[in-house]
Amino acid sequence: MNIRKYIIIGIFLFVALALIVKLFYIQVTDSSYKLSAENNAFRRLTQFPARGMIFDRNGKLLVLNDASYDLKYVPNQSTPFDTTALCKILRLSLKEFRLILSTAKKTQYQAATVSKQMSKADYALLQESMYKFPGFYVETRTLRTYPDVTAAHLLGYVGEINKAEIKDDIYYQQGDYVGISGIERSYEKYLRGKKGIKIQVVDVFNEVKGSYKDGKFDTAAVVGKNITTTLDAELQKYGELLMSNKMGAIVALEPETGEILVLISSPTYDPNLFVGQKRSENFKILASDPTKPLFNRALKALYPPGSTSKPANALIALQEGVITTNSVFISNFGYNAGSHFVKDHVGGAVNFTRAIQSSSNAYFCYVFKAILTDHKFITVEERYDNWREHLHKFGLGVKLGTDLSFEKKGLVYPSSYFDRAYGFGKWNYNTIISMSIGQGELGFTPLQIANMTAALANRGYYITPHIVKAITDEQIDPKFTQKHYVGIDAHYFPPVIDAMQLVIEAGTATIARVEGMAICGKTGTAQNPHGEDHSIFIAFAPKENPQIAIAVYIENAGFGSTWAAPIASLMIEKYLTGKITRQWLEDRMVNGSIPIPQEKKQKN
Amino acid sequence: MSERKSVLSKIDKTTALLYLLLVLFGWISIYASVYNDEHRYIFDFTQRYGKQMIWIIIALILILFIFTIQSNVYAQLSYVIYGISIFTLLIVLAFAKEVNGARAWLEFGSIKIQPSEFTKFAAILAFSRFVSQERYKVKHIKDQIFATLLLLLPFALIILQKDTGSALVYVAFIFPFFREGMPGIYLFLFFLAIFLFIVSFFYGLETIFVVLFAATLLFYALNTKKYKETILGLFVFLGIGTLFIMIDMFFSIKIPQLTIIVSSIILTVSIFFAVQFGKKAYVYNVLSAVLIGAIVYTFSINYIFNDILEQHQRTRINVFLGVKEDNRGVGYNVNQSKIAIGSGGFTGKGFLQGTQTKLDFVPEQDTDFIFCTVGEEWGFVGTFTVVAMFIGLIIRIVFLAERQRSAFSRIYGYSLASILFIHFAVNIGMTIGLAPVIGIPLPFFSYGGSSLWAFTVMLFVFLRLDVSRNETF
Repeated sequence: MNIRKYIIIGIFLFVALALIVKLFYIQVTDSSYKLSAENNAFRRLTQFPARGMIFDRNGKLLVLNDASYDLKYVPNQSTPFDTTALCKILRLSLKEFRLILSTAKKTQYQAATVSKQMSKADYALLQESMYKFPGFYVETRTLRTYPDVTAAHLLGYVGEINKAEIKDDIYYQQGDYVGISGIERSYEKYLRGKKGIKIQVVDVFNEVKGSYKDGKFDTAAVVGKNITTTLDAELQKYGELLMSNKMGAIVALEPETGEILVLISSPTYDPNLFVGQKRSENFKILASDPTKPLFNRALKALYPPGSTSKPANALIALQEGVITTNSVFISNFGYNAGSHFVKDHVGGAVNFTRAIQSSSNAYFCYVFKAILTDHKFITVEERYDNWREHLHKFGLGVKLGTDLSFEKKGLVYPSSYFDRAYGFGKWNYNTIISMSIGQGELGFTPLQIANMTAALANRGYYITPHIVKAITDEQIDPKFTQKHYVGIDAHYFPPVIDAMQLVIEAGTATIARVEGMAICGKTGTAQNPHGEDHSIFIAFAPKENPQIAIAVYIENAGFGSTWAAPIASLMIEKYLTGKITRQWLEDRMVNGSIPIPQEKKQKN
Repeated sequence: MSERKSVLSKIDKTTALLYLLLVLFGWISIYASVYNDEHRYIFDFTQRYGKQMIWIIIALILILFIFTIQSNVYAQLSYVIYGISIFTLLIVLAFAKEVNGARAWLEFGSIKIQPSEFTKFAAILAFSRFVSQERYKVKHIKDQIFATLLLLLPFALIILQKDTGSALVYVAFIFPFFREGMPGIYLFLFFLAIFLFIVSFFYGLETIFVVLFAATLLFYALNTKKYKETILGLFVFLGIGTLFIMIDMFFSIKIPQLTIIVSSIILTVSIFFAVQFGKKAYVYNVLSAVLIGAIVYTFSINYIFNDILEQHQRTRINVFLGVKEDNRGVGYNVNQSKIAIGSGGFTGKGFLQGTQTKLDFVPEQDTDFIFCTVGEEWGFVGTFTVVAMFIGLIIRIVFLAERQRSAFSRIYGYSLASILFIHFAVNIGMTIGLAPVIGIPLPFFSYGGSSLWAFTVMLFVFLRLDVSRNETF
């Protein structure tokens, strides 16, 4: 009999033990239930901070915030409602609306966004009848507004974050807005501020029961920091006006500080197009435009420098001691490079000053030849790489490290490239002679060319170009005060700069002359396989103590002196004097339009 | 008065203390699950914790009352009480209104009583009385049938009230039956049936039958030590199986695997039965009967599940067995209950700090799912303590039952322990997904006067019997 007692007790104990093991498992071992419990009972409401505002160098407001409204929907809180009325307010068809709702219903308890970035007017309309739509609520956010409609590429825009970026930074959640390009992107960390969180306790009916522990764990949102840029908004707008109906770029710097005064990529667009409900529609239109308005030419387009590289080549040759300012070369209206002939509109004996002033191609072919036959080195490869190193020091063919995203590095091949192309020791200066006049295998961004101009203006150094002047309560990066020396002794500069002044006074760009102003410049005309030559001009002024260095690129516009030089000159005058004395020239520039090139056959 | 005092002083202190602790912990849990900022005053009788306090006080008065009555009264009145109880169930069936799908409640104005709670007490009394008779013999089939009928009657009436949970509790009587000499094979078959029921959802019938056959052979070999015969049996089985497969391949008629296995088993068993016909082969006969019975049973589970049960019943079983997840529908309660208990962690969130139970995520949080509050606020420490107190109480009752001189008291004790055990195991089991969700209360814990009083009466009548264990009647 007694064994039966123990069998019964054994069964009882076995079951009790099973309960305890399972309890231990769900309470101690498995932590997933704790998370589920929090998701059940706590609703974390994100408090979105206002984004920092952006100002120009003179304190003019460029970017500010406006309220926007997102309509949210919690499926399990909803009861049948007047669908047609809501569709009317949201301007959606019933079909679209049903699709949105069925997607939202996948998560019964979580809020889904039904309509994003509603305008104030739509919101006001909705507000009146909100009580008719149970389960819906409105979340207030801020949207960017650009009152001045300028500098779209530079300021950039804000958009919804993508999945890859969420992975990289735990700060973000799906549906957050983030700077996609321009300053909005590169200064995102300052502009975004800090999100706050409000924890609400909700019961099974999703009814809010109050804040968790009287808000002990809530955090307030911190407003984003304001940024003062180095941009001169007035000059920027003026430049954009001058660039009407032209493709190209203008970059203007303050040489002494490296501050970006103007950064224009033309054609441009209205930054407000990327805000609000029509943004994706607008984006599609802009993205398919053949003139590529979304492409930031100032930072990303690689153009051959053309003759604007001549002052730098002259300085490199002087520094290397392969020529002197007394060197004279004979041009027979060109330079014979064996297999081909480089044309020149200057003939006869050309001296150093005239070579720059009149932009003698032959003279600079000889300069390049001198550099690539320098006896200090043994092989042509070493000589070439030494020259390339000089270009790098001018900030050409290397990333400058500006505070704007997506800056291109530029293109100047190492000698190994030519070894591969022609064979080791089977090429010389004549093989690559077009590089002497800024053609051939060279491509630099307008920003790099402007920076090179600033280095000329500073007589030997530049400061990395940058767009930010000040951030609230923050120091700007110290690298933006560091001088980068280009490796050319100061005493080589005056003859080059004197010659550059003569370019304006009595050279290839007399059209750029401004009465009583010492402007130094250099024209350039870059051959371009896709159409007419690009018109280029670089300049800085005043000659002594320069205030502005500028590079102007106009695509397919022919000679540098016809379009680029006048525009640069008008910009300089506007910046230095605040007014324009040559209204006729301004009118000609504003009204002139360069046709978009049809894809032409390559002309050699 | 003095007699009652002396009787009370002889009460088993351990059991009484465990009872008081469980009732107190139960009340605290009800308070915690109802508590909110508006209702925090403990004597608020509009709230359930306030009402439960009244039920507890009445329960304590009931205990005093029980101890004033002579102990022999219960055995004498058992059939009367049983009769009244059955009559009450009939009244309920005739007049009760439906609440939560069941017609189990009698209403007197604002007071609601659930008679089926008290029927357990009546069933224990009648069962103990009948089985404790001198003339009761386990070997008399008639006696066994009558004892079973005593239990089947309330079981059937409660089923008719659509209160399946309360009815299933009567399964508990298998333990006192076993204790009083029921052949162990029945207990074994009972657990085998549960086992096969669960297993048939996870494994194919082919696998189950092959395993059953192998287990039978093994058991036979170990029990009779007739190894040669066993191995012969195995070969006969394999031979028949091979024959079937060859026929199948030769005529390519595609006999289902299941048919081959079942036919082979039945043919093997039949051949051996024929060979041994007339000989004394008790073990063999029992084993083959169990084997064939198990096969038939498993087939019928399959048939019932697929062809007789409704879709929602199938879903319910599938969810319970973990074959399917359905956290929004049938599985919602258990899932929320597991979340509440699981989120308590090792030490719990602290008294009144539970979020899941207070915010109504857990259903029936102060009645059937009261254990969630314990789990959430007191953590594993709390749940372990409660489980330990219950199993301690149950085992204590078993020990007390064993020391009784009268068979009536002993059977009563075993029945009580078993019913407490079923309630405890099924209720806690369902909150953590180890048992199906059948709504039965956690004794002494769950809110409700009927349940508290019924268990109090059952327990203290036993303690009263225990005090007088040396008297003969």
